[in-house]
Amino acid sequence: MKNQESEVVALGIRRRVFEHTIRNNGGYLSQACSAADTLAVLYEDVLNLGPSIAPAIPAPFGGVPSPDNPNSFTGAGYHGEFAPHYDRFIISPAHYALVFYAALIEVGRMAPEGLKMFNKDGSSVEMIGAEHSPGMEVTNGSLAQGLSMASGIAFARKRRGDEGRVFVYMSDGEFEEGQTWECFANMAHHKINNVTCVVDFNAQQCDGAMSAVTEIGDLVAKLKAFGADAVMVDGHDHEALREAMNRRSEDGPVVVIAKTSPYEGMDYLQKRFPRLHYVRFTSEDEKIELRDAIAEQLGVNVAEIE
Amino acid sequence: MEIAIKPYVKSFIDFASQRPEVLCLSADLTSSCEVDKFRDQYPDQFVSCGMAEQNMLSFAGGLAMEGYRPFLHTFAVFLYRRPLDQLINSVAYSNRKVRLMGFLPGITTPGGITHQAIEDVAILRAIPNMTILETGDATEVETVLPVADAVDGPVYVRVLRGQVPRLFSTPFEFNKLRCLSEGKDLLVVTSGICTEEALRATAVLKEKGVGIRHLHASTLKPFNKEALLEHISEVDGGVITLENHSIVGGLGSIVSEIMAEEGVGKKLIRLGLKDTFAHGASKGYLMEKYGLDAKALVAAVETLSGQKTGITADDLAEARIDDVHSAAKAEAL
Repeated sequence: MKNQESEVVALGIRRRVFEHTIRNNGGYLSQACSAADTLAVLYEDVLNLGPSIAPAIPAPFGGVPSPDNPNSFTGAGYHGEFAPHYDRFIISPAHYALVFYAALIEVGRMAPEGLKMFNKDGSSVEMIGAEHSPGMEVTNGSLAQGLSMASGIAFARKRRGDEGRVFVYMSDGEFEEGQTWECFANMAHHKINNVTCVVDFNAQQCDGAMSAVTEIGDLVAKLKAFGADAVMVDGHDHEALREAMNRRSEDGPVVVIAKTSPYEGMDYLQKRFPRLHYVRFTSEDEKIELRDAIAEQLGVNVAEIE
Repeated sequence: MEIAIKPYVKSFIDFASQRPEVLCLSADLTSSCEVDKFRDQYPDQFVSCGMAEQNMLSFAGGLAMEGYRPFLHTFAVFLYRRPLDQLINSVAYSNRKVRLMGFLPGITTPGGITHQAIEDVAILRAIPNMTILETGDATEVETVLPVADAVDGPVYVRVLRGQVPRLFSTPFEFNKLRCLSEGKDLLVVTSGICTEEALRATAVLKEKGVGIRHLHASTLKPFNKEALLEHISEVDGGVITLENHSIVGGLGSIVSEIMAEEGVGKKLIRLGLKDTFAHGASKGYLMEKYGLDAKALVAAVETLSGQKTGITADDLAEARIDDVHSAAKAEAL
C-alpha cells in the first residue's frame, strides 16, 4: 500500500513540474525526472515530520531577517513544528525548488495555488528557493552550505538528546565543493551520526555531464574513507530507497546516493542530453513536440495544461 | 601604564563557564587564540572544527538555529576571507547569533599578507546585520564578551591578545565613544591599538599648546553618529582618524561618510594603511613604516593646523601614558 502511494506521489511531482514548465515556457524539468522518486519516498515514507504549520497558500515575502523585522519567516513550517522527536529536512540544492514545491503539494503540505506564485515578484515562492520559500529551512543557493548547517543542527540536537534526525537533500555536483569534504571530516571527528544525506546522483550539472566538467570518481569509496556509511542504490526503485534511507550508523552520517536518470519518466528529454540543467524552448514547434511526447508518457491531457 | 598578560584567557573562562549555551569553536589555533585553558577545563563546551573555516562558519549557523551561541576563535583573517560566502549566507542573512572572535587584527602580527586582517572592517561593514566591535586595551578585552553576546545578530570582534596595555578602568560599553581628552583645536578619532599611540601624541601636543579632542571608538558598526557630530562641532579645526586598518572602508571611511552626509565643512585626514598591503615584521616597525603611530599623528596635526609643533621622536618615546579613568568623569583631565 505504502509503495503504491509513493509511486503516485512521484508521478504527481513529474506531472506538476511538466505542466508548469509548459505553461511557463521553461523550467527545471530534468530535476523532476531524477528527484521525484527520492522526494516521494522521503516525504511519504521516511521523514518523521509533524503536520505543516505554515499557510497552505504561501505568504508574500516578509522582508529579510533583521533585529528590526518581526515579519520575516522561513519555509520550515511546511515541514511541521520543531520538536525533539521530529526530523528536520534541509534542502541544499535550492534550484530544485520547483520540484520541491510540487512535492509539497503532492503530499498535502502546500495548496496547488501556491505554485501559481512561482517566480512572481513579491512572492516567497522563489525560483531559486530562499530560506523563506516553502519547505526551505536555511539559505542554500550557494551550494554545499546546507550540509554544514545541517551538521550544526544535528550536533546541537544530539547534544540535547533529541530523537529526531536531520535529513539533507544534496545534488551530486556539491561534491565538487571543498566545503562538503570539510563537513564530512568534521562529522566523522565528532561522530555526528544523526544525519542522513540523500544525494540525487544524476551525473548532470549546469555545463552538462559531470564527467565532462569534473569527474568525481568513486563517491561511495570516497565517502567511506571520510567515515560515512555510504551506499549507492537505484534512485527510482522505491523499495531500495526506503531500505537505504532507513540505514543507521553509530559512527557517523549515512549517505544514500540515489543513482538517477535525468530523463526518468520523460524519455523525450534524452534528445536534449547533455543540456538538461534548465529546459527551455527555442521554437513553438519544439515545445509542441516535447509537450505532446511527455504528456503522453505521463498520462496528462494536453488540453488541460494551457 | 599596566601591561596585562593574556587578559582574554580568564575573561572567556569566566564568561562561558556560566553560560552552557555558549560553545567555544576553534579552527586549529586554540592556544594562539588563548582558549586552550578553557578547552582543558571545559572540554564539553569546546568544539574543535579543524582547519576548515568554511564548514565552521556554516556549522555555527546550524548551532545558532538550535539556540546555541557559538563563539568562533581563529585569526581575524580566517573568519572572513576564505569563508565570506558562508558568513554571508549561513550566518549574516539569517541574523544568527554567531560571535566571531578575530585575533591578530591589522598589523599586530608579523605573519604578513596571509595573516594580517587589514580590510576586515571594510568588508564586514558592507554586510547587513553585522555588528563590528574592536578592543583597544586589556579592560575592553576583558569586558567585551557580554557586550557581544547581548547583540541580536552576528558580531565580529577584533580581539587583542598577549601583552595588552590597560588604558581604561571602565568596561566596554556598546556604541559609546570614549572621550579621552577634551581639547578645542582638533578632533582625533582612533580605534584599537592606535588609541594607545594617540594618547602618546596627545599628551605631548597638549604640552605644546595644541588642544586635541580625542575619541576612542570601540563599536564600529553601528556607529554613534550623533556623538561624533557633537564632538566635531566642539573643535575649531579639522578631524584626524587613526586606525590599524586600510584607510579604505574602516574608521576613516565611517567618519568621512558621516561628515559628508551631514555637510560638515571641515578637513579630514585619514591615517592608516594607505591602500597598501603590509608585510611580515614587528608591530612597532610596521606602525612606523605605514604611518599608524604617534609620529604620524603629530605630522597630521601639523598639516591640519598649518603649524610646526617642534615635537621630536624622542619627545613621543618618553611620553608616559597614564590609565584613562571613568568615562562618566571627564577622562584624563
